[in-house]
Amino acid sequence: MTVTAQSAPTDTHTIPGDALLRRLTPEQIEAFGAELDEIRQRVIGRLGEEDATYIRNVVKAQRAFEVAGRALFYVPPAWPLAVAALSVSKILDNMEIGHNVMHGQYDWMGDPGLNSRMYEWDNVCPSDQWKYSHNYIHHTYTNILGKDRDIGYGILRMDEEQEWKPHYLGNPLYATLLMLGFEWGVAMHDLEFERIMAGEKTWAETKHLHAGLIRKIRNQALKDYLLFPALTGPLFPLTFAGNATANLVRNIWAFNIIFCGHFPAGVSTFSQEECEDESRGHWYYRQLLGSANITGSKLFHVMTGNLSHQIEHHLFPDLPARRYPEIAEEVREICERYGIAYNTGPLGKQLGSVARKICRFALPDKAPRFLPGFLGGGRSGEPVAETPLAA
Amino acid sequence: MSIGQSILRSRAVAALTSPHGVDRYLEQVNPMWAAHEVRARIVSVDREVDVPGHPPVATITLQPTSTWRGHRAGQHVQLGVEIDGARRTTRVFTVSSPDSRRGDRFTITLRANPDGVVSRYLVKRATPGTMVHLSEAEGDFVLPDHVPEHVLFISGGSGITPVMSMLRSLQRRTHRGRVTFVHYAQSPDHQIFAAELDEIRRSGHGIDVHLLHPELGDPALSPAWLERLVPGYRDVPTWACGPAPLIEAVQAAYDGSDALRVEYFKAPRPAASSEVGGDVSFSRSGESAPNSGASLLEQAEALGLRPEFGCRMGICFTCTSRKSEGTVRNVLTGEESSLPDEDIRICVSAPVGDCTVEL
Repeated sequence: MTVTAQSAPTDTHTIPGDALLRRLTPEQIEAFGAELDEIRQRVIGRLGEEDATYIRNVVKAQRAFEVAGRALFYVPPAWPLAVAALSVSKILDNMEIGHNVMHGQYDWMGDPGLNSRMYEWDNVCPSDQWKYSHNYIHHTYTNILGKDRDIGYGILRMDEEQEWKPHYLGNPLYATLLMLGFEWGVAMHDLEFERIMAGEKTWAETKHLHAGLIRKIRNQALKDYLLFPALTGPLFPLTFAGNATANLVRNIWAFNIIFCGHFPAGVSTFSQEECEDESRGHWYYRQLLGSANITGSKLFHVMTGNLSHQIEHHLFPDLPARRYPEIAEEVREICERYGIAYNTGPLGKQLGSVARKICRFALPDKAPRFLPGFLGGGRSGEPVAETPLAA
Repeated sequence: MSIGQSILRSRAVAALTSPHGVDRYLEQVNPMWAAHEVRARIVSVDREVDVPGHPPVATITLQPTSTWRGHRAGQHVQLGVEIDGARRTTRVFTVSSPDSRRGDRFTITLRANPDGVVSRYLVKRATPGTMVHLSEAEGDFVLPDHVPEHVLFISGGSGITPVMSMLRSLQRRTHRGRVTFVHYAQSPDHQIFAAELDEIRRSGHGIDVHLLHPELGDPALSPAWLERLVPGYRDVPTWACGPAPLIEAVQAAYDGSDALRVEYFKAPRPAASSEVGGDVSFSRSGESAPNSGASLLEQAEALGLRPEFGCRMGICFTCTSRKSEGTVRNVLTGEESSLPDEDIRICVSAPVGDCTVEL
């Protein structure tokens, strides 16, 4: 396997540990995979009441925040509190509950309310469409160019292997718009607008998605923009604006956390050829090289749905996310032994790195001379080192 | 239905509680509040049979939520319990109390099957106050509204429960016709509902109770014996429930007669660990083939089926399908599971012995 290291000289400080990704021999990859399988096995064996109680408590908290938020709209001075409570409710619902439940992390509980096939989340994207593009496409083909549509979501240029076109000059603008309307971006993801625009796909081919999409959007809009505002009578405009703000807060938060998962500097992308007939060990290796973590407090991890442990999530997408912090210690130790870079950092640092990437790839790879250095050329030109591993 | 129930089940409330539904909120306040789901609180657990060295039998009284629509004698219910507060496991149990109406208390009577996690939990560990999850009553092994003049009940072991529910209902409906009640048990000590049956026998009322213990020398079921007990039995409306050998004997004795209705339950049949053989069947398409040992997804595809799939490595759950019978091994973990009606990821499940999947 060859690994494309995106180590632009200006960004080397964001690459943790060994700046250059090392190659592993097939035997090492298999041994590495076996160690991860063992972690997985051990955690599965320990799943039980603690995990069930945890997720039920999160659900209880989410419902409480939601009811509190809806109720506080009746008290105009408490408007900011109402918005805050409803935002927290939507963030918990979408991230720690929705995202994780729909990954099948709690299917072992046999509870229909926490089952990946039944759960529907509080945003405009229908769960079945999201599960296809996320659980299947993104998690199976993580960071494989041309396969993983989460690389730039079909709108942004996030990798030097994506050919530069003049419209990518709008990269920072598109990213901002995607952030503000993130739930809509996620909902429209499966329609593959960029392929329709490019003539690779017809609108008619997306027909099977329309009914589900319209139904979900209608249900979401009905409650947030009509029924709950109407129930507050003369306070309609305030409630309407409050619900819209809560949706916006959730959009901004989710976008930022998710973009820190795969786009900070040092995260690798892969070509389709190098991932053909890949072994389980290789798949693990690719997940690790293609993801990045965010450090933070326990509360921060909960509010990110533990996606702050994107690496562990990509290694073990169907293990309850609350287990990721404990798994992370072992994964780091394994990475150290194999000399694999483990990409992590505080939110500010990872976000800065993502923002720089969004701006840098807005420009062609060979940047004109007059541009300031920090926006300079995308391609590092630095070859991937083939450092032999210490045995 | 009360006004409160009508409001909770209204479209307006559904729209306000979308996408989760009103029950997801009500349950946070009180587990006995529900608008759609059916749950019940265990009121009491009473031992019916407790022979040392044998699995005990208990009757469990349940107070269902107001969403329970009632049952007809002979019907069963799916009951799910959360073992150790985490894994909900659901099994089917027959209601043993007479016909019930909306929200009425009812009972189930069950033996603590040594291999049954749910029945063992209910009989040995459940305490009053425990919440369980229910389906509505199901099944068409029921008494008709107009009960024939003469009915015959044949049951064995814990198969007595549906016919006991029928017998109790007939008594409550003050049925005036003739009832012949035949039950097979291991010994008098193993007799479920012994005291109640004894009382029924002594009170007369046209109910003929025959409690038989073939292991202690009583006659086994045969056409000749049945003919002596109930002349022309093949034309007498009959309900039979019990273990497979008894049901097979009854079916042979009735020789295809329309008068016979039978009921027996599926039980998990664990296979020996290293066994690969057996047949794999896909019930919806009607395809089957000898088990090759490959994953169920691959075996289905080899037969020309096109089940939905995604990652093919057990992470995306796209291929989840229902296995109705048989044992499968998770190829990632080596874990085997023999539960009937279980959802499995067919891309990482390989059958061990006979296996049926709803595809």
